[in-house]
Amino acid sequence: MKFQPVIGLEVHVQLNTQSKIFCGCSTRFGAEPNAHTCPVCLGLPGALPVLNRQVVESAIMAGLATNCSIAHKSIFARKNYFYPDLPKGYQISQFEQPICEKGWLEIQLEGQPPKRIGITRIHMEEDAGKLVHGLGNGSGVDLNRAGTPLLEVVSEPDFRSADEAVAYLKQLHQIVTYLGICDGNMEEGSFRCDANVSVMPVGSDTLGTRAEIKNVNSFKFVKQAIEYEIVRQIDLIEDGGKVVQETRLFDPNAGTTRSMRGKEEAHDYRYFPDPDLVPLVISSDWVERTEKDLPELPATKRQRFITQFGLPEYDADVLTASRPLADYFEETAAFAHNPKAAANWVMGEVTRALNDTTLNIENCPVPPRRLADLLHLIDQGTISGSIAKKVFEELWQNDKEPAAIVTEQGLAQVSDSGAIEAVIDQILAVNQGQVEEYRSGKEKVFGFFVGQVMKAMKGKGNPALINELLLKHLKG
Amino acid sequence: MELHTLTIHQLHQLLKSRQVSSVEATRSLLARIEATDSRINAFITVAADQAMTAAEVADQRIGSGDCAPLTGVPVALKDIFLTEGLRTTCASRMLENFIAPYDATAWANMKKQGAVLLGKLNQDEFAMGSSSENSAFGATRNPWDTNRIPGGSSGGSAAAIAAQQAIATLGTDTGGSIRQPASHCGCVGLKPTYGRVSRHGVIAYASSLDQVGPVTRDVTDAALLLQTIAGHDPLDSTSVAQAVPDYSAALKNDVKRLKIGLPKEYFIDGLDQDVQRAMDNAIAHLRSQGAEFVEVSLPHTAYAVACYYLIATAEASSNLARYEGVRFGRRASEAQGLIEMMSQSRAEGFGAEVKRRIMLGTYALSSGYYDAYYLKAQKVRTLIQRDFNEAFKQVDILLTPVAPTPAFRIGEKTADPLQMYLSDIFTIPVNLAGTCGISIPAQPSADGLPIGLQLIGRPFGEETILQAAYSFEQTTDWHRQKAAL
Repeated sequence: MKFQPVIGLEVHVQLNTQSKIFCGCSTRFGAEPNAHTCPVCLGLPGALPVLNRQVVESAIMAGLATNCSIAHKSIFARKNYFYPDLPKGYQISQFEQPICEKGWLEIQLEGQPPKRIGITRIHMEEDAGKLVHGLGNGSGVDLNRAGTPLLEVVSEPDFRSADEAVAYLKQLHQIVTYLGICDGNMEEGSFRCDANVSVMPVGSDTLGTRAEIKNVNSFKFVKQAIEYEIVRQIDLIEDGGKVVQETRLFDPNAGTTRSMRGKEEAHDYRYFPDPDLVPLVISSDWVERTEKDLPELPATKRQRFITQFGLPEYDADVLTASRPLADYFEETAAFAHNPKAAANWVMGEVTRALNDTTLNIENCPVPPRRLADLLHLIDQGTISGSIAKKVFEELWQNDKEPAAIVTEQGLAQVSDSGAIEAVIDQILAVNQGQVEEYRSGKEKVFGFFVGQVMKAMKGKGNPALINELLLKHLKG
Repeated sequence: MELHTLTIHQLHQLLKSRQVSSVEATRSLLARIEATDSRINAFITVAADQAMTAAEVADQRIGSGDCAPLTGVPVALKDIFLTEGLRTTCASRMLENFIAPYDATAWANMKKQGAVLLGKLNQDEFAMGSSSENSAFGATRNPWDTNRIPGGSSGGSAAAIAAQQAIATLGTDTGGSIRQPASHCGCVGLKPTYGRVSRHGVIAYASSLDQVGPVTRDVTDAALLLQTIAGHDPLDSTSVAQAVPDYSAALKNDVKRLKIGLPKEYFIDGLDQDVQRAMDNAIAHLRSQGAEFVEVSLPHTAYAVACYYLIATAEASSNLARYEGVRFGRRASEAQGLIEMMSQSRAEGFGAEVKRRIMLGTYALSSGYYDAYYLKAQKVRTLIQRDFNEAFKQVDILLTPVAPTPAFRIGEKTADPLQMYLSDIFTIPVNLAGTCGISIPAQPSADGLPIGLQLIGRPFGEETILQAAYSFEQTTDWHRQKAAL
């Protein structure tokens, strides 16, 4: 029997607001344990939550960017359970009436038609703190993270493969970082994902029993975890077993999933509307204003790069991968008048140089304006492409203008035919054998002469002119 | 002069004119507490030293010409209000040694004026009860008859007024917890509209019902104290951003053409004879002053108590989850492991009534029961609100008894929680409707026990009930009667 996997994703997006969702404490990562706490996020008696407006704004942005409808009225609810990292004994979340519902994203795998993935809902909630083990005398509780704002983005069970799930995740990741509402750092848990996986016989319309896989915090792990789980479930069924509804934990070291808790141990969260928070009412005016101020989203930018700059789809994909990269390219292209060359340089030299360091595009030592100036020098014939690479290396190290480097180091291209011909004469004179070969029809040697002339001119000879003059002399 | 018998406004005049100092007044009250509280047990914590220091500061302030209505006035708070540096127990073993790092907003507003805090008052544990018998610190006794309960849950707040141990106090009212003890102790107790006073820093019992209010010797003081504590608080999202009127300006002796509704569901056959007599007498008084009476109906009254005990307990079950011994409060020392530590801390820290309500509420919210209990109760609550809205289309205020009987004896109802729950039958609907009500002394029982009269107003209609209460007070002197201790 052939099986069809069915996958749904729940993504937690940590918002990068300055302060927590229900109090004024800082959300900064890496402080001393419990440094960023107050009566509210410590869950002290008498403390009451006050909603951070910026969190709502971020949720509206996320909803609009994923084609959701924004609820005019939404409700915060308490999710009740006991755990030492949960100060109040409940998490403030949304249950019935979340802020965003019924959205979608379109994914496209290579060689396949585009596919629309449904987004059931996006809701706001607070993060819990964390336990610190290995302190010797028991464990500690660090509540710095308690109350950090999260969006939970719940997809429909629309994925049929791990690749589809990953494509969606990447796109969602790109969107929230483009919106500037999440730093996207998966290692620190700013963007994390739980996957609901089940399998059913091909052609069936009854969904199989699903397992929820937790703790998958990289694109690679998502693919691994889902693929492992699909195989596990198929093997289980084929061996006459039954998939049980349970929560499973992904083990990134082993690449496997293992049971964490079964259905019987599932919590009864006793959700009910939080009486400490009034219903959140969002005016259509607020939604419209947010929509107007929404930054250009990746898909739109990609399309614009293709039409405005005449870039191939591949280039547009690469350059819109992140908003800072796209901004860097666009700024370079604006000064350079040669968008394709700008694209090549950003995707080539710039990316390569960044990869060799710990720097990223936001603190690239060569600003777009300078890169554009460099491209100008190529266009004007002042330097050749290969000299430009040398100049670029120099720009990377030193805070100088490209033209200054060319002058200082005498790198300007030689386009004086007299000077070039003098070198050609010299080269032909000492390489009579190769000249004979060429003249007897072995035109492949032509490249040898170009190389020799270039070498003799320390790379500064105008390549087009060298070609032209060489041809004249050899045929001569 | 017996300074401890004064009202806020009387003491204010003496302080302002420098005839009396806050130190003298505070000393007088501390002496009174010392002399009487072994019989009453109104206080859980007496903060004598801090009070004397605060009184000295207040005297300096008055000396510099700054004398706000509460400057130098010795007051006390139900032990549910957080007070920075002074322990707040909520009458629970759970918080026996809990010292809060911040002040409740209501108290902070009083403190800003220079009020002097004498100490923290006894109550039912976590405000759950109608008799102040459910306290880890022992029951509070009624100063009018120390064999009787003072009412609850703000029993200490009312008993301290009746025993002249404080000039004014604050209580909280979730289902009658200010009005019922005020009624039983012969004082004035005001439950403002939900959202009128900040709940920030008040230990939550049932968040959608809890409201802070004053317990005082007369209506003038109730208006003064409400003026101080009312208003929007950015730290409480449920406090309402509506302008606070001048409540003292509303105190006019005039009820002419005031339309007062008598809800027929509250005047049932078999109502305690003394209570019935007090109501008849009050109606006659107000009518003679020019008020008009109309019978109205609040048809869903019969469901109020059931509705309340689902909603309040559901919220409580969640509100009290934070007491598990991890960050503050009682922690079971012998427990092995996490689950045991949490459950044992709760088993040791909570009293029987608190446990009962947590279990009731947990059940009401459980998967499979939510719709039948919690959701249904919310729907009933909407109907009860609608009852009040309809009634207020016909009348300006409502007049009802506060409690079905005068104060009962200590121990009389502890064995039967349901009987205890029914003692709030006339006060609970006001909380469910989210509107305001005041309890003022009416004609006492034949045995000389205080009986309160409840006036219920529209949401944010505190001025109207204060005016009616003030007018009633002008023609009666029941509020001036003092418990013989």
